[in-house]
Amino acid sequence: MPDDGLPLGDDSWTVAGRRFRSRLIVGTGRYRDLEETARAIEASGAEIVTVAVRRVNLSDASAPMLQDFVPPDRYTYLPNTAGCHTAQDAVRTLRLAREAGGWNLVKLEVLGPPPFLYPDMKATLEAAEALVKDGFEVMVYCADDPVAAKRLEEMGCVAIMPLGSPIGSGLGISNPFMIQSIVQQSEVPVLVDAGIGTASEAAQAMELGCEAVLLNSAIAHARDPVRMAVAMKHAVIAGRAAYLAGRMPRSGAADPSSPLSGLIR
Amino acid sequence: MFPRMTSATALRIEVNGEPREVAEGATVADLLAALGLAAPKVAVERNLEIVPRSAWAATRLAPGDRLEVVHFIGGG
Repeated sequence: MPDDGLPLGDDSWTVAGRRFRSRLIVGTGRYRDLEETARAIEASGAEIVTVAVRRVNLSDASAPMLQDFVPPDRYTYLPNTAGCHTAQDAVRTLRLAREAGGWNLVKLEVLGPPPFLYPDMKATLEAAEALVKDGFEVMVYCADDPVAAKRLEEMGCVAIMPLGSPIGSGLGISNPFMIQSIVQQSEVPVLVDAGIGTASEAAQAMELGCEAVLLNSAIAHARDPVRMAVAMKHAVIAGRAAYLAGRMPRSGAADPSSPLSGLIR
Repeated sequence: MFPRMTSATALRIEVNGEPREVAEGATVADLLAALGLAAPKVAVERNLEIVPRSAWAATRLAPGDRLEVVHFIGGG
């Protein structure tokens, strides 16, 4: 186990040998401005943030940059391949990300066409293979497909991240049974990535046994993003505690909590 | 009479999809300096190959080079 100074016995989790206390990973996109991005991320308690790789605006090179508001020495940057629809583009993007930041830990996503932007699993598997071979530590966005998830794990991906529902849809976890099945078969962390719309859905992901949750729009598109960031922080903690506590069995009939003896007559 | 060339010959290259001219002999480091870009924040690809930061000063640009200069922005 890596020694990074965290107290033993706390409920931290580990991905690719790195330990984190927060089980919430947040995106940095879709905020009104960089100030709001910084405040919401701080309120979420997240230690890992996803970032996109894009062309520098050459007409205004002095424009404020994300790093000035979300410092990479404070947050672990997880570069993504958002917008990539081929394995080649995804690999190219992450090689640039590694050069820009020196980070090997990345989020791979290769997307199919609109309107669903559903993971293109053929291209995702192809890109994952190339990236693992090239020394990347790949957290992979994928379909809620246990066969594909197992292949990605066997290939060497460090985290499996099935969608709850389409990116940015806020529809929650449309197939909780498959998420739970992937959790049960996996030996690397499983995270729900995409689709979470509100706090109860983040808690549900954790109750299903996920190691962590990744979300962006649920916070950024809330009426009050900073307040929703706080809600998500608590939801993930609550869901994790409920998972560890173990829920009571479901029953089709009532089972009263108060004793039936000693009733007045 | 032809006008005298007062500056070095310009090379035509493409940066982030836009045509640009740089002086002959210019390096990647020269280009970034001219664009006002600081080292810790960007990465450079030249003709689909990464140019490592350590090679910026030694990599001379050639006519027709296609460069991508990228950085991190907000994303999910």
